[in-house]
Amino acid sequence: MSTLFINGKEYEYTDEPNLLEVIRKAGIDVPTFCYSPELKPFGSCRMCVVEVEYPNGRVVVNSSCTMPPEPNVKVSTNTARVRRIRKTVLELLLANHDRECTTCDKSGQCDLQRYAEEYGIKEIKYAKLTEEDMKAIDDWNPSLKRDPNKCILCGACVRACQEFQGHAVLGFANRGSKTVVQPMNGKLLAEVDCVFCGQCQAVCPTGALTVKSNVEDAWDAVNDKSKKTVVQIAPSVRVAIGEMFGLKPGENTIGKIYAALRKIGFDLIFDTNFSADLTITEEATEFVERLTKGGLLPMFTSCCPAWVRYMETQHPDMLGHLSTCKSPQGMLSPVIKELLPKYHEGYTKENITVVSIMPCTAKKYEARRSQLRRDGKFETDIVMTTKELGRMIKEAGIDFKNLEPEHADSPFGEYTGAGTIFGASGGVAEAAARTAYYYVTGENIADADIKQMRGVDKSTRSKSVELDIKGTKVVVRVVSTLKEAEKAIQEIKNGTANFQLLEVMACPGGCVNGGGQPASCKDAKIKEERAEGLYTEDRELPIRRSHENPDIIRLYKEDLEKPGSHKAHELLHTTYSDMYTGSYKDLK
Amino acid sequence: MTATSQTSVDFSKIDEVLKSYEYKKSNLIAILQKIQEIYRYLPLDAMTYVGTKIEGLSPATVYGVATFYAQFSLDPKGKYEIKLCDGTACHVRGSMPVLDAVRAKLNLPVGKSTTDDGMFSLETVSCLGACGLAPVVVINGDVYPKMTADAVKVALDSIIKQEKEA
Repeated sequence: MSTLFINGKEYEYTDEPNLLEVIRKAGIDVPTFCYSPELKPFGSCRMCVVEVEYPNGRVVVNSSCTMPPEPNVKVSTNTARVRRIRKTVLELLLANHDRECTTCDKSGQCDLQRYAEEYGIKEIKYAKLTEEDMKAIDDWNPSLKRDPNKCILCGACVRACQEFQGHAVLGFANRGSKTVVQPMNGKLLAEVDCVFCGQCQAVCPTGALTVKSNVEDAWDAVNDKSKKTVVQIAPSVRVAIGEMFGLKPGENTIGKIYAALRKIGFDLIFDTNFSADLTITEEATEFVERLTKGGLLPMFTSCCPAWVRYMETQHPDMLGHLSTCKSPQGMLSPVIKELLPKYHEGYTKENITVVSIMPCTAKKYEARRSQLRRDGKFETDIVMTTKELGRMIKEAGIDFKNLEPEHADSPFGEYTGAGTIFGASGGVAEAAARTAYYYVTGENIADADIKQMRGVDKSTRSKSVELDIKGTKVVVRVVSTLKEAEKAIQEIKNGTANFQLLEVMACPGGCVNGGGQPASCKDAKIKEERAEGLYTEDRELPIRRSHENPDIIRLYKEDLEKPGSHKAHELLHTTYSDMYTGSYKDLK
Repeated sequence: MTATSQTSVDFSKIDEVLKSYEYKKSNLIAILQKIQEIYRYLPLDAMTYVGTKIEGLSPATVYGVATFYAQFSLDPKGKYEIKLCDGTACHVRGSMPVLDAVRAKLNLPVGKSTTDDGMFSLETVSCLGACGLAPVVVINGDVYPKMTADAVKVALDSIIKQEKEA
């Protein structure tokens, strides 16, 4: 352990990867645009510059994100010199920036806006951008909006795409003042192999990459008296949305969310956790069948729409490995539209609008898949992210923090601990293992906690867990990020894969860290606290195995016969299509 | 920057290039140079192909490298590549009237770099290291020293005549 001085005070440091981390650990904030603790330091924005005096008297000014901490150096984070540099950086960035802040999607959450305010930038001596300088905005996909006029070229999105998903669809192009960040040859995101995970948007410090908003659509549906609005909430939303209202990451606010949604005016409130349980009964059945009847293995989970799109665009020859189960969002919507009219008066297939609240930007894309249409209409009508729901609650003037918790509605509101852990990497596999064990042996697994599958931090993006189902050995591989998923695929291709089940979540750590969640990229701990929130709920729920969910048992008894039945297949399973053929990469 | 008119690409040729450079990411610039030698520019399909075939690269990254370096062209170059020097020495000795003369002669307004018949392409370069011969024009490697507006027209005329006879 060594020590160094920050602003005159001595601090200890150990294995921090760079000086910036040491400074932040000391409780001192240094501004950054391009830095994200999960990504390789890039040193492009120059906001984190500090003055460093070495023991030999040499003084340098350098970006702290790219400097290793060294013993006995004296670091000053707030001298006139570094403040002047940061101010100049801000002025130059703003000179090339579309400064229409009030109408910007990132307004209020924008780092550029925040630092300009903190550093007192009141005047910019450079000319404003004119109409002719403006570049075209890409919002030709259901999930993301790219506005190059707001880009400060920090490259965080490029690194996120490369380092998390392994195939940078975004890249720098051109040079000098003409530099832009864009997909190849300025194509639309929808034209390249973007999986819409939204991690680029999560790390973007400005409004250059944002989530496409469906808040107005949701309001329209709520206000339309001829429509019945039915809403579903995904597992990881409950442990993140509170952060927008001053609550701690990981605090389970599901009761408050139900209450807020009722206040907004949704007619019925169900929980995607219920359909996560449904996904498990179907997926575990499918897995056991493949395992015992010689089906194609390893089986891949199919809950993550970014992963599904990755398979369709990159490995169309391996689509047979994907479970045919729809995602929990994809399952609940048709169940609501087809079966709800039986349970609630005044509801018909035609007048129901299903709104889902997801931690995910790719879910917006998933809802528009042609396979998820029924009677010429989309099964899920409107998808909003956690962030959008937070905004809707604020717009409605609801005091979220002090809401009295309420309950979800019947008949699709009950859920088990297995459903709730779907939001963290490893959760789907753990939930599936609990139920698969029961399906194979007829008894419950002794310990519902399969802790080896858990963990959402950077070091646990790939986990291999061996399960012993009364003599049958099953190896489960759990990965988050598509870069890790690709490694697993390569193992299958070259014959070294030893696993039978592959769980993939495209976002690092899973849905708790999804692209639609409130910003969690600046502090790697946030996603861990959210995951802990889910595992705590799992522990505290009376039922922790999907197949014991009373609503699920009734659903099968009254409507779907049994898991894997013809009726279940009709509503709950889907198909995939080869999206490589004919794509821009299909060159011969 | 976006590229437009494209020729069709023979991917077996690109495969040969990639193979000779062992499909290595670190050889990207050499690979692109080789491809430009074949097509006289970098066709989009070729860049996409390279970005897909080499591990650790993507089409967007390859495109980024191609647009970073001035040596790479995203538009088809002419059979005759005209490099007109506009370095300091050439500039003060009157390279601009020469440039205007070439543009007028070949009907290449500002922003257009290749003639419609694909015969000539024009680019200005910063210095050719032949300042004693300023202003200098290089056409397909042949140096044309101490150019004037009239002299460059004569040079171009002789190439056009030669092409017509061939």
